[in-house]
Amino acid sequence: MFKTLFKNRGEWIAFLATIILLAVILPLVMPIFRLNLIGKYLTYGFVAVGLVLLWGRCGVLSLGQGVFFGLGGYCMAMFLKLEASDPESTAIQSTPGIPDFMDWNQLTELPAFWVPFKSFPFTVLAVIAVPTLVAFVIGWALFQRRVGGVYFAIITQAIALILSLGIDGNQGWTGGRNGITDLRTLLGWDIRSESAQYILYFVNLILLFGCVLVSKYVTNTRIGRVLVAIRDREDRVRFSGYNVAVMRAVTFAIAAMFAGIGGAMFVLQVGFMSPSLIGIVPSIEMVIFCAVGGRLSVIGAVFGAIIVNLGKTTFSEASPELWLYLMGGTFIAVVMFFPKGLAGLMEKLFSLKAVKAGFASLGSKMKGLVSKSDAKAEEETSSTTPLETPTTNSGK
Amino acid sequence: MEYSWEDLRAIFVMQGFAGISLFSVLLLMGLGLALIFGQMGVINMAHGEFMALGAYTVYFCSELTQSLAPSFGPYYFVIAIGLAFLGSALLGALVEWAMIRHLYHRPLDTLLATWGLSLILQQTYRSIFGAREVTPELPGWLMGSFSVSDTIDIPINGVFVLGLAIAVTCGVLLFMFRTPFGLRLRATVQNRKMSGAVGINTEKVDRLAFAIGCGIAGIAGAAFTTIGSTGPDSGSRYIVDAFLVVVFGGAASLFGSVVSAFGIAQAQSILEFFLEGTMGKVATLFFIVVVLMFRPQGLFPGKVRSN
Repeated sequence: MFKTLFKNRGEWIAFLATIILLAVILPLVMPIFRLNLIGKYLTYGFVAVGLVLLWGRCGVLSLGQGVFFGLGGYCMAMFLKLEASDPESTAIQSTPGIPDFMDWNQLTELPAFWVPFKSFPFTVLAVIAVPTLVAFVIGWALFQRRVGGVYFAIITQAIALILSLGIDGNQGWTGGRNGITDLRTLLGWDIRSESAQYILYFVNLILLFGCVLVSKYVTNTRIGRVLVAIRDREDRVRFSGYNVAVMRAVTFAIAAMFAGIGGAMFVLQVGFMSPSLIGIVPSIEMVIFCAVGGRLSVIGAVFGAIIVNLGKTTFSEASPELWLYLMGGTFIAVVMFFPKGLAGLMEKLFSLKAVKAGFASLGSKMKGLVSKSDAKAEEETSSTTPLETPTTNSGK
Repeated sequence: MEYSWEDLRAIFVMQGFAGISLFSVLLLMGLGLALIFGQMGVINMAHGEFMALGAYTVYFCSELTQSLAPSFGPYYFVIAIGLAFLGSALLGALVEWAMIRHLYHRPLDTLLATWGLSLILQQTYRSIFGAREVTPELPGWLMGSFSVSDTIDIPINGVFVLGLAIAVTCGVLLFMFRTPFGLRLRATVQNRKMSGAVGINTEKVDRLAFAIGCGIAGIAGAAFTTIGSTGPDSGSRYIVDAFLVVVFGGAASLFGSVVSAFGIAQAQSILEFFLEGTMGKVATLFFIVVVLMFRPQGLFPGKVRSN
């Protein structure tokens, strides 16, 4: 099991270091306000981890991950909103007991699809099941007809636009552009209190590392290798008897499930959900987190989400103009010069260090062996990570 | 609400004319994309910003004419369209040289890199022209409308934009199918290696095709100024629609782009009348996505095998 999760000591150390940083160091040194912000960024980490699996490993780029983030988030927000709108606290409305925005839109009763969200178990189930099922159906329909690559990206982007415009346009049902706001309690527990924010931060962290481990497991077992094979030579995998469409759809569904959990945790920690968080621009930004962190590394993706968001918050407060230039420039640079992102840079850095350390400790006698094993490691990474997928133009 | 047949006819005609302006802009955007995306497989997320560049070029020319030679006012627009094309095409060639040509074998990455470019361009427009939307001073002959009957008025700017779109479409079709360069472009798309082997400079073909695609986006921007005001993010509002035009029409088919641009524009503007707010757009997009799920090759799949 351990061997399956961590292929080499480097991965294990990176994983451990990340846990220590996020679970011990940051909570100790940061005030709760900042820690809560980190928690918010980490919810995007869920999406980025899913994208590593989907895009980095399986070669399917979805520009609609915001949809699933939003579906998970809205499921949770609906539950919290219903809890916040009990008849006593909404007594001044013309129809007490329904969310305030419904009352403003002259609705007199709860729409049918809101009713099940009165139950907490149903909500938890929905947070996981709704994004997963939606993604599976969309993925199945498209992959079955061998839609992939850029077409899939464009269609998922259109779906992100449809959902954000649709939520925006149905104010009575969804809260419209303002989103669902004023979320205070979860089963009577004040989620805005300091202790709750600490607890939610750690719950978030545990879930995130759960997702990290799941995707590491998927990556390092045979399924993961088939996914990479699908990315690099789809037709050969198909000829070998694998059902490529199902494998892709399942990967898409897993990525969507992660995004949905992230969305629900976002709502719990930030206290609202709105269509501006799930449209085209946020969906592309989620891809940016993944690309900056390293599209092949789940730990990298987590750091990508933190670093890009940290940069965004810091710079957009100081000078918004500069931020857009910086973000655009970073993105072009990452795509053109560091396609493996931060994780790729770290890998290079550490493998150099490791080689140097090896020289020092083992002495010149073992020199040949070290460089040999290093060369082997190089070969291994390059063989599993050919980002420059050979184009099949010859068949045109 | 009940509509009589008379009402419905009037609604369809009026909204249909409103849809024609949208159609023209979508068509021009889609044509450029059909060249860049359909033929070369590059997803240019900055396509909307090339359109905005065209629109800002017209605005700049209008301001210049106003302050330097007001008597030239009625004629500047025609020259401005040409400049919009040239400006966007030059920027396109530069971008292709600096960025795109390194990414041809990684189509998904062109999407991300051009998205970065679009952020930079949007912010550049914001720094130069300000965040507020601007409108160029349009020449008098573009204003007003013909009256066809008591109830139906046809705005001249709509007719002009439609004419422009048709002219550009014909130009592109002639260019693609009746010029040596078009022949080379089609050859390169069909079989790059073989084209190189028979002496076609495929790199030059790529650069020119990308530049022309961007130039057409510039013309789309110029057309856009006659029907709306331009802001830094005007272009990005059309980008999803423009991509859907190309995908829905069938990526390799220019004719498909024309048909789907027309269908999408008309559906949106007619549905907008019956459904409130943005729901017309939602319904149209939803319909397209569902159709694409069942018919991913689009309405008019090209004869070229994609793989």
